[in-house]
Amino acid sequence: MSDATPDAPAPDAPAPDADVPAITDPVAAAVVAKFPGSVAVESHGQSVVYVDRASLRAVTEFLRDQERFTQCSDVTAVDHAADLERVAVPGVAPERFEVVVNLLSHPRNRRIRLVAEVPEADPVVPSITPLFPGANFPEREAFDMFGVEFEGHPDLTRILLPDDWSGHPLRKDDHPARIPVTFKGDPAPR
Amino acid sequence: MSTTERDLRDAARLEHQTDEGAQEMQPRRREVVMTGGIWPDDDETMIINMGPQHPSTHGVLRIMMELDGETVVRAKPVIGYLHTGMEKTGEQLTYVQGGTNVTRMDYLACLSNELVFALAVENLLDVEIPERAVWMRMMLVELQRMASHLLYQAANGMDIGALSMMIYGWREREQVLRLLEMITGLRMNHNFIRVGGLAADLPDGWQAATLEVCDAVEAGVAEYETLLCDNPIWQERTQGVGVITTEQALAFGATGPILRSTGFPWDLRKAQPYLAYDAVDFEVIYTDNGDAYDRFLIRLFEILESVKIVRQCVARMPEGDYRVQDRKVTPPPRARIDESMEALIHHFKLFTEGFKVPAGETYVAVESPRGEVGCYLVSDGSPKPVRLHVRGASFYNLQSMEVMVPGSMVADAVAVISSIDPVMGEVDR
Repeated sequence: MSDATPDAPAPDAPAPDADVPAITDPVAAAVVAKFPGSVAVESHGQSVVYVDRASLRAVTEFLRDQERFTQCSDVTAVDHAADLERVAVPGVAPERFEVVVNLLSHPRNRRIRLVAEVPEADPVVPSITPLFPGANFPEREAFDMFGVEFEGHPDLTRILLPDDWSGHPLRKDDHPARIPVTFKGDPAPR
Repeated sequence: MSTTERDLRDAARLEHQTDEGAQEMQPRRREVVMTGGIWPDDDETMIINMGPQHPSTHGVLRIMMELDGETVVRAKPVIGYLHTGMEKTGEQLTYVQGGTNVTRMDYLACLSNELVFALAVENLLDVEIPERAVWMRMMLVELQRMASHLLYQAANGMDIGALSMMIYGWREREQVLRLLEMITGLRMNHNFIRVGGLAADLPDGWQAATLEVCDAVEAGVAEYETLLCDNPIWQERTQGVGVITTEQALAFGATGPILRSTGFPWDLRKAQPYLAYDAVDFEVIYTDNGDAYDRFLIRLFEILESVKIVRQCVARMPEGDYRVQDRKVTPPPRARIDESMEALIHHFKLFTEGFKVPAGETYVAVESPRGEVGCYLVSDGSPKPVRLHVRGASFYNLQSMEVMVPGSMVADAVAVISSIDPVMGEVDR
């Protein structure tokens, strides 16, 4: 990830909202200024910052303490393994998984979304549960469903599935409903 | 009698012979000091499971509680008993079919879930829906809020022991559900709010029926108020129980009546208006104490605010179309299919293939009866979403139990769970 300034969008950027000439959102601009490597974009009128996954907790802490983001609305993950088409964000190297954190600021009445690209080979991101205790359940859910590990989480166990479940069902290559069935009188495999 | 003798006697009493042999329990060794009023330190606590099959856990919620005597030291919700993989299912259904899936998540506020899904898809599609559809959606969602809060009044009364309250709450809720059945065709899981508008227009005579329900609900709320608000037993059971502060509520991600009961008047309908909430007159109800009684009061008076909004919707319902006339999103009218080849093709394509949504991602949130319900939707340009994530309000609200329950008695824990008003369908999805 280079120090991306959105002034120079890739010429073949397909999404029109990806090549915004300047960062209009002051919070996103502050994050980009403080954490080099972050890329701010606007997605359907919502402010989104792509951050380096190693700095996810630091960015969240900065937003909580400096920018008055009071609540963590949501933490989730996305598996992009089987996308037909993916919106390319200039300056961000796409990886298979994305961890998405939605933060809400009550005093400023606005939201911001942090997205961290997580490679398949090493699906680990820092946990934000020490900052927002409410991220406990959703991080466990993301771990359960995608196998993304949250480093520093106090109790990273499966939450919706049984403890002895194998696999992570929301991964695109996991098909939990597909059980090999043998019918009575079925001829042996040829 | 010396201590040893007493222990021996206790041990003998605790020993019972059954078919499976002697059932023994270890006698507890401790000196009881009768004067001074202080019992010796007993560091033994007990861990018990409440649920998942407990009548007052609102579905299949299991809570591991560490008890010291009858006081709860720790409480940890254990969930997943109702997990049916709805987010995975959502990836296999087209956007046309998606409504049937999301409506089953929070099954007491189905229309809120349909609304947030439809708004998210419309956000990705950049579709502007007609005025009448906006107001119809608002009216339906407010009717749903009335039904959900009435059910809460019933279930909360039952949990705390006001059994007649249960019957009263169901009585008024049934009237709302009958009206919803008249409008949408179903009592629950309506799938009525579709992408691009609604499934059908309002039926004949809906104004009179809606106003009748509003009157009945108002009368019912007045009755509950008389029955419970100043009832000393009710106050004893709920005041000062399950107290949470604003800081804790914010930290645990709690929204809706839990957050508002701490003196924090946050309501997405007012703060970040969607639909036409900025055009109607209503108040955000909030209180200061953060206990179970306050959450009961908030939900009680929110019913009246919803009635107020519904009355305004009846009075100001705009004329016009109830869905966008964009053949990419909306099926053609039934009559057109008989006479137009294109209409038939559109209809066929829409229901077999679905419509394509441009690649992108969005997060949309609305205020459901339980708090912020959000939909994070990722599309890759195909007719099915790559990721359909629903932020269930109860999923987050449930975590705040960890600060509300400790320190209270087991019986109060039931009151606290009830005051969170969790819907397990939304928690487990």
